[in-house]
Amino acid sequence: MLSFLFYFAAVIAVGTAIFVVLSKNAVYSALLLVTCFFSLAFIYLLLEAYFLAVLEIFIYAGAIMVLFLFVIMLLNLGREKALEHFMYLQRGLSMLLIIVFFVGVSLLFLGESDVLHQPAGEFSAGGVYSLGEALFTKYLLPFEVASLLLLVALIGTVYLAKQKI
Amino acid sequence: MIVPLEHVIALSLAIFSTGVVGVLFRRNAITIFMSIELMLNAVNLALVGFSRYYNSVDGQVFVFLVMALAAAEVAVGLAIIIAVYRNRQTVNIDEINLMKN
Repeated sequence: MLSFLFYFAAVIAVGTAIFVVLSKNAVYSALLLVTCFFSLAFIYLLLEAYFLAVLEIFIYAGAIMVLFLFVIMLLNLGREKALEHFMYLQRGLSMLLIIVFFVGVSLLFLGESDVLHQPAGEFSAGGVYSLGEALFTKYLLPFEVASLLLLVALIGTVYLAKQKI
Repeated sequence: MIVPLEHVIALSLAIFSTGVVGVLFRRNAITIFMSIELMLNAVNLALVGFSRYYNSVDGQVFVFLVMALAAAEVAVGLAIIIAVYRNRQTVNIDEINLMKN
């Protein structure tokens, strides 16, 4: 069952990756890339890298893709299509998804299943504790160098955005 | 592991090759950047797979550092793209040939 979920997410990841490259519209590429990142985060979850799954959504799907979309809008690359017609298909599909979501959540809470009440499994290497321990002892120097890298990138970005180059 | 390590590596390879094709064939600078992100993610996936396979946290530390690097790279790269667009009114990399010759 879990391996089936892996292959499902893998198919989604590869399919969206291919359409990111093929799509003519940069906005479509960006949104498909977000979908690809979400399926990759799901795969991280299946591989028991829980903290990295959260980071993947926060950093890649959150911060980086918002930057991409900002720049696409700023450069006016995405040709305005759609939004004039009402997109009945998308509306219906999204309503259906919302209903499925609520039914699933209510089944989870009201049903006989005790998924929510199972004790946490034994400690694994993917949690935030072990990752933080490795990061602040064995890999302290690379961690500090990464913070320096982020500082340099910050200064460089402010300079590039400010100056008339 | 829920799947053999080979399957994780195959998925990583597929995503990485897609990114390479995007960098080679697309002419829009922003799409090229997105393809680079795809390649970084493919490498991250391989690292997570190895980390799970060897039951070691080291690979996940590398993924953490790669994510920090990707954030820095995207910020600077997009600032450069905006600066180029301000001067040349294009992001087509075939037309950006100021430093050629």
